[in-house]
Amino acid sequence: MKIGTPKETFAGEARVAMTPDSARALQKLGYDCLIETGAGAAAGFSDAAYEEAGVEVIKTAAALWKEADIVAKVRQPNETELKRLTKGKTLISFFNPAANDAGMELAKSKGANVIAMEQVPRISRAQKMDALSSMANIAGYRAVIEAGNNFGRFFTGQITAAGKVPPAKVLVVGAGVAGLAAIGTATSLGAITYAFDVRPEVAEQVESMGAQFVFLDFEEEQQDGAATGGYASVSSPEFREAQLAKFRELAPDMDIVITTALIPNREAPELWTEDMVKSMKPGSVIVDLAAEKGGNCKLTVADEKIVTDNGVTIIGYTDFPSRMAAQSSTLYATNIRHMMTDLTPEKDGQINHDMEDDVIRGATVTFDGEITFPPPPPKVQAIAAKPKEAKKELTAEEKRAQEIAAFKQQTKNQVGLLAIAAVLLLAVGLVAPASFMQHFMVFVLAVFVGFQVIWNVSHSLHTPLMAVTNAISSIIILGALVQIGSSSVIIAILAALSVFMASVNIFGGFLVTRRMLAMFQKS
Amino acid sequence: MEYGFTIAAYVVAAILFILSLGGLSGQESAKRAVWYGIVGMAIAVLATLIGPGQDRWLLSLVMIALGAGVGYQLATRVQMTQMPELVAIMHSLVGLAAVFVGFNADIELGRVAAAFNEAGHAFPRPEEVTAASVAFAKEFSGFAAIVAKKTAVEITILRVELVLGIFIGAVTFTGSVIAYGKLAGKVDTSAKKLPGGHMLNAGAAILSLLLVALYLGGAGMWTLLLMTALALFIGYHLIMGIGGADMPVVVSMLNSYSGWAAAAIGFSLGNDLLIVVGALVGSSGAILSYIMCKAMNRSFISVILGGFGGPAGEQMAVEGEQIAIEADGVATALNEADSIIIIPGYGMAVAQAQGAVSDLVKKLRAKGKNVRFAIHPVAGRLPGHMNVLLAEAKVPYDIVLEMEEINDDFPDTDVAIVIGSNDIVNPAAQDDPNSPIAGMPVLECWKAKQVFVSKRGQGTGYSGIENPLFFKDNTRMFYGDAKASLDKLLPMID
Repeated sequence: MKIGTPKETFAGEARVAMTPDSARALQKLGYDCLIETGAGAAAGFSDAAYEEAGVEVIKTAAALWKEADIVAKVRQPNETELKRLTKGKTLISFFNPAANDAGMELAKSKGANVIAMEQVPRISRAQKMDALSSMANIAGYRAVIEAGNNFGRFFTGQITAAGKVPPAKVLVVGAGVAGLAAIGTATSLGAITYAFDVRPEVAEQVESMGAQFVFLDFEEEQQDGAATGGYASVSSPEFREAQLAKFRELAPDMDIVITTALIPNREAPELWTEDMVKSMKPGSVIVDLAAEKGGNCKLTVADEKIVTDNGVTIIGYTDFPSRMAAQSSTLYATNIRHMMTDLTPEKDGQINHDMEDDVIRGATVTFDGEITFPPPPPKVQAIAAKPKEAKKELTAEEKRAQEIAAFKQQTKNQVGLLAIAAVLLLAVGLVAPASFMQHFMVFVLAVFVGFQVIWNVSHSLHTPLMAVTNAISSIIILGALVQIGSSSVIIAILAALSVFMASVNIFGGFLVTRRMLAMFQKS
Repeated sequence: MEYGFTIAAYVVAAILFILSLGGLSGQESAKRAVWYGIVGMAIAVLATLIGPGQDRWLLSLVMIALGAGVGYQLATRVQMTQMPELVAIMHSLVGLAAVFVGFNADIELGRVAAAFNEAGHAFPRPEEVTAASVAFAKEFSGFAAIVAKKTAVEITILRVELVLGIFIGAVTFTGSVIAYGKLAGKVDTSAKKLPGGHMLNAGAAILSLLLVALYLGGAGMWTLLLMTALALFIGYHLIMGIGGADMPVVVSMLNSYSGWAAAAIGFSLGNDLLIVVGALVGSSGAILSYIMCKAMNRSFISVILGGFGGPAGEQMAVEGEQIAIEADGVATALNEADSIIIIPGYGMAVAQAQGAVSDLVKKLRAKGKNVRFAIHPVAGRLPGHMNVLLAEAKVPYDIVLEMEEINDDFPDTDVAIVIGSNDIVNPAAQDDPNSPIAGMPVLECWKAKQVFVSKRGQGTGYSGIENPLFFKDNTRMFYGDAKASLDKLLPMID
């Protein structure tokens, strides 16, 4: 089958969904690769580079859409592009299905299969296809670079012959993928970096990137924020107040503020108010990565860079990945390539659109003339996670009750067994002579001790255990040793043989155990 | 003749043996534990040689020295992959020794009785004992001295005990020899039964019971010999009927039997140390068998009665085909993977591939990949077999995990490599209620993103059950001898 990538039609979009490297990998999967002429130019990939990688360069977009069985692109396709789809063609792209009913209807009516890259489920297996994360990573990095570009000073503090330069102070609000990337970039440039997130459990990640986590004096509500399953949620008014108060306190000190706070399916929360902007020093820079969803700062103008009256620059660009087209194209093309790998389990150049596969199912928004969005919850979770959740939901009292019941049951069993054993012992004791009972008591106690001791033996040592028990079971040698002195020749011979065999066992057993145990070692 | 110090030494030895078994709870303490066992055994033997076993001590020492030589040779020459065979054959020695000692006890009994009769004293000792008779009894030494003092009831009990010892010992002997043959590949490993099946075993057992009754009634030596022959047959037939896959249970069961035999002999000889150690070994083997059976989700009885039970209905047909892959494909996947789980089985032991596996793991770990081992409780032919092999190949034991520890991690794993295991990774155990292994806990390796199965050819495993894992979409078959395959793979990991 043929996989093709057209030039992006969205104004200013510089990315491309296929690179020469990804094309080589796709060819290994058995596909023929096509590219529209000039598609990679803005990202720094020339037509010649593609041709060298064995990609066929097609003159027009129309011809490419016609010839390719699979079309991979970056931006949400426009109407013209969607109309070029036909039955059985597969489109892989960002699609924004939650707000693109018209697009899905159109694709459905054309009978095409559409895979929306932003719908790839966030599970570990699908990380390599998670284009949102790879783009967010770039956005975070680029946000710091843009800020530095508009910031009149060094990031790192220096003491030079010409005077002392204080280090820049950077505050990153929201420690998702983009936030963490921004933190990493800012700290490696030498800035003193602070970070805040409503989920206190990310503090460890923040600190691992070299930033200081800003804690609020608001214990109770912070813990509540953590209980919402890892995602940021709408915070209570009290929490918001505490948060804003903290920001207000920090604002005059900060040189660069990067806000990345987004709540799924909502307008971006306002976190950096006008009065905070006013209190900032002239020359400070705010980069608002939430500009597309209204911005974390109300002064932000999407796609624009503005300077406030007090000299604070506010950057509201929404195309950070496109500004680093070479890097973002490479990563995006790799995400696409991994998606294709999953779609081509046989590596035979034939797409196998497996709607049973959670990742593929989750990302597919139209399939075979049906709209398949929103996807059902992944079945891996449904099968594996449910029983566990059910267990966890038990309240403390229920758990206690269960434990008590289990304990009672155990006690009952134990007492029952003890009673039976006691009766049996008594019964034996009634008929057997005292000399036998003495030995019998020793025997019962030894069995008891054996059971107590053996349960603790670790599984990996079962073979050594068998070798040791084998060695010590040759204790039978004692019996033979006592008999060997008998005046009967037969007895002496049999006993001597027994001594010999048992002795083989003793030495063999212990030696082999020592050999085995000497091999067990820690890394 | 009383040997107070011998009893004292026995107490010390018994405590050392208990400490020895208890010490096996951890890898580090285990090394000390073996020394406890060795010292315990040395004390027990020395105390006996100096005390009640002092007659013909030179012969004893010579025999011990001979045994030591043979044992040393066995222990140092054996390959770690042959551990199951070694353990099995050593069990047979204990069984045979128990039979001999039991016979000796009976012969001695007869001799003492004859001596008493000749001297005109009543034997067994009556209620009203005469002083002369007591004095006569004192002339015996060793085991005979103990026998000479017994009353009629005690003699009967003695006989029951030694019959038990001989019976269990004989079953252990032939059973272990057959188990050895199966493990070493010298006897056909599949479950075989003579015509008559279990009825033959049951018949032999009933006949043995009759013979025991006759023997206790004083019928003489021949009943004992015949019963021993029957016990030998039962041991042979019982183990012949058990398939190779159940060998871990069989070996630990025989281990248990050898202990019970020692304990029974201990009763008849009136030796408490024998009783204590026999009981320890017996219960240890019983617990091991129980753990193994639980791991296979089968009852002990069904294992002992041999073979897998017949399928309850039509087994699910396996659809799809087995897709082969070459070393370079596996290497590419391994180079890309971040987390890898290796599932070794008996096939690894057979191919002696543990060294190659260890090299592979070292290389992958050096690249920062998360490599771990998943060990099924019944992997291999001996409890803990895989752990020993991996330890021999210097795989650190903290990355070798048990089934419960690791089974939930497969969905997050990039690559699972199955090396020479089959039934323990069979999804039919969960999916197909009609499968003979339905309900047996298995390693859910098919949940990993990709599974490679290193296997000799397309055949089924020991249990002869088709494995749907091999037909799954994310499974690739890496055919060939495990060691050769891994050696080919190694240079491609970069």
